[in-house]
Amino acid sequence: MSEGQKEFKIATGDRAILPEGTRLVPIYIMGKRYMVPETLTIQKATEYAGYQFIRACGCRGGICGACGTVYRILGDYHLHFGLACQTVVQENMYLTQVPFFPANRAVYNIEETSATAESIMKLYPEVMKCVACNTCTKACPMDIEVMEYVNAAMRGDLAKVARLSFDCIQCGLCSSRCPAQIQHFHLAQMCRRLYARYKVPQAEHLQNRVGEINEHKYDTLLLDLVGSDHDTLRKLYVDREMEPQDSVGWEPQDKTKL
Amino acid sequence: MGYTPEMLELIKRVEKSRPERIERAKKGEHFTPLTLAGREEVLGKFHPDYKKEGRRAVKVGPSKGESYPDEFVDLLESKSRLLVDDAALQDLVAYETDVLVIGGGGAGTSAALLAAEHGAKVVLATKLRHGDANTVMAEGGIQGATQEVDSPYFHYLDVIGGGHFTNTPELVEALTHDAPLVIEWLERLGMMFDKNADGRLRVRHGGGTSRKRMHSAGDMTGSEIMRVLRDEARNRQDMITILEFSAAVEILKDTQGRCAGALFYNMETEEYFAIRAKATVVATGGYGRLHVQGFATTNHYGATADGLVIGYRAGVPLAFMHSTQYHPTGVAFPEQNIGLLITEKVRGLGANLLNINGEQFVFEREPRDVESACIIQECLDRNKGIITPTGRIGVWLDSPMIEVLEGPGAVKQELPAKYIQFMRYDIDISKVPMLVYPTLHYQNGGLQINNLTETGVPGLFGAGEASGGVHGENRLMGNSLLDITVFGRRAGRSAAEYVKGLENQSSTLTMDHVRQFHAELQAAGVETNRVSPLVLPNYTREETMEKQLTTHYQGGMR
Ligand SMILES: Cc1cc2nc3c(=O)[nH]c(=O)nc-3n(C[C@H](O)[C@H](O)[C@H](O)COP(=O)(O)OP(=O)(O)OC[C@H]3O[C@@H](n4cnc5c(N)ncnc54)[C@H](O)[C@@H]3O)c2cc1C
Ligand code: SF4
Ligand code: SF4
Ligand code: FES
Repeated sequence: MSEGQKEFKIATGDRAILPEGTRLVPIYIMGKRYMVPETLTIQKATEYAGYQFIRACGCRGGICGACGTVYRILGDYHLHFGLACQTVVQENMYLTQVPFFPANRAVYNIEETSATAESIMKLYPEVMKCVACNTCTKACPMDIEVMEYVNAAMRGDLAKVARLSFDCIQCGLCSSRCPAQIQHFHLAQMCRRLYARYKVPQAEHLQNRVGEINEHKYDTLLLDLVGSDHDTLRKLYVDREMEPQDSVGWEPQDKTKL
Repeated sequence: MGYTPEMLELIKRVEKSRPERIERAKKGEHFTPLTLAGREEVLGKFHPDYKKEGRRAVKVGPSKGESYPDEFVDLLESKSRLLVDDAALQDLVAYETDVLVIGGGGAGTSAALLAAEHGAKVVLATKLRHGDANTVMAEGGIQGATQEVDSPYFHYLDVIGGGHFTNTPELVEALTHDAPLVIEWLERLGMMFDKNADGRLRVRHGGGTSRKRMHSAGDMTGSEIMRVLRDEARNRQDMITILEFSAAVEILKDTQGRCAGALFYNMETEEYFAIRAKATVVATGGYGRLHVQGFATTNHYGATADGLVIGYRAGVPLAFMHSTQYHPTGVAFPEQNIGLLITEKVRGLGANLLNINGEQFVFEREPRDVESACIIQECLDRNKGIITPTGRIGVWLDSPMIEVLEGPGAVKQELPAKYIQFMRYDIDISKVPMLVYPTLHYQNGGLQINNLTETGVPGLFGAGEASGGVHGENRLMGNSLLDITVFGRRAGRSAAEYVKGLENQSSTLTMDHVRQFHAELQAAGVETNRVSPLVLPNYTREETMEKQLTTHYQGGMR
């Protein structure tokens, strides 16, 4: 890592260049042994081993939930959970990816479903069978209090389900482990939507604006802009009034275009 | 994990120069910004969009003569993966539908929902899982003039000024006119927007906005949009059939030259099949995974420009594909996070960019393209970048300064997601700097469409990042999530209306346009074995590929 780095080959795309002396460690992908660099994630180590993903790879950044993975370390009975794109390999890791887990999903019409415990009981009655083992929480790679939101759902506390489950990426690992066979992530999704739709006040200013648009209030203003030449637009752009960063209750001087 | 001892040694130089830099920052002094001439010079020499090397004019097709990145031209100047003669094509038809939507991101799912709402039966076919898309990755927000002190008029000015006045006006009009309508649509679908207790939508500024109009759902705005749209599509299974792990590899036409569906590849069974449709929407997203000039990318695994390639072969011109957005600060270490986005906010809060000697070399608030070019120059021309153990190069982004300038705890408070992301690898960004390098972020251009999302080929529509024109040469943050919902919805509606108006619907499927394209390639002297679309990037090591000796069926094995 000196200053004379001219001839150094630079890694491109998503393929790393490994420095000399990189330590390789054995991992077992579905029981088969491969030697891979110890610094890579499970996802990149699997590619290093020669696989090309079709399933189990999406965003490569920890947000899509495509790459749920279960693993043990040789000789240790503990079962671990993680996202393949976020978890670094360890020596003697035994792993398999769970890119899909069957989970029943109730079809509902949001216009006709109330934000109540009754809706939950009707569509996901199995939620009452939770035995409070907390396995779901331990399986969650997003550190969500899964059992807590299941409990809140039982009580019909949609606000709490929504808040606790907000980070859910729908990887399905929780539902793969639940002895009560609950499909947590579908349940949580429905609760979040019902909560946002019926428990949170809808934005009044938004309704007003939609009304104005539907009454064609802005049509001519916009058409004038569409028809304006470059110089006119540039002038309007440069002269437009800027709302300050830290404004509260700011009002523009020119209200004719609002 | 964490930084290597060598890197920690280099970080000492950053720490050494920090007190003096903080003193200057407190006095309001900063590194001298470039003059306009200086900007142009560095852009011309180092920015991938401006410098001549690495780009060439495409020799065939409706945008012949336009200059694009080599990696993309290679795909345009390729042969079809599969050319089926007309008689055999009819036998491959596995589905028939009114509207076919290609791509299961935000644009495609919006299109499917609206087409169904307008009475069309829909098949949505997508390459990965439904929702594995750039849409889930968007953190920041979605714009829309919903507040009283704002209006579509000011939104319009911001969009077109931000795009250096190159945007297609009628598309900007559609975008800004529909914005409040889609925000209301998402609210009604049960999206958890950030709100005040009385229901008022919370809004912030974004780069280049004259009014606060950035709406968000925590720092998972795109993810929340995608989850809600996907959930709603699943509720409409009476009208919408979803096919996952099915990649479109060619547009199909009928003998009257109308788009009549597409040819697909079942990625798991490796079978090809056709979907016959009266109207087709291309919503396949961007091209980050082409890794133009070797750049890492913020994009998801399936961002390989497939829809552009097949739309181009079907006769749709491209708009603004000369222009790509590189984000100046993508992660360069640790390897696990390569290419991921580090928001502008870090520099906004006062963090300096520094070379291997801990010296400043650029003003932190240059425009994105200039900032990117300066970082590339520092690394590749002046050799003052820091090289990582995995062969990456980068410069320091001195996040610990924020703790001094804004007060202890500021990093964790202002950048919670980034803080956690780095802590996973034992890097505490409130104490040590981040290593960054420009990353390929957004495809400004795409298939040319009008404000009804029509492409010029009857029955073929385009929406979202796969289309071009609305952002011109530069997109403002928050306008892309808006773009995909506005034009996704318009595409669904247009496609359904088009289907209703169709007469004499059944006619023979053909790939004649592909045959013509092949002939054009030959006439232009393009000799190649390349096939496209790419479908998936290939990250297999060269050593492994050299031993993958069977590419065709031999006996019972591939
Ligand atoms: C990290 C990141 C942060 C961002 N932040 C913001 C932000 O804060 N605000 C904002 O407005 N924008 C943001 N953007 C941009 C925005 O998210 C995207 O431009 C937008 O979501 C694209 O949506 P889309 O539906 O057009 O494409 P995508 O969401 O990418 O969906 C395309 C779909 O098509 C599928 N597909 C591809 N090829 C084929 C094929 N051959 N056959 C079938 N299906 C195919 C893909 O698998 C995918 O499902 C961000 C982007 C990234 C990457
Ligand atoms: S709650 Fe379940 S589905 Fe959601 S992220 Fe956690 S484990 Fe995955
Ligand atoms: S795993 Fe199932 S039974 Fe156990 S706590 Fe979670 S929801 Fe309840
Ligand atoms: S690939 Fe998306 S979460 Fe890992």
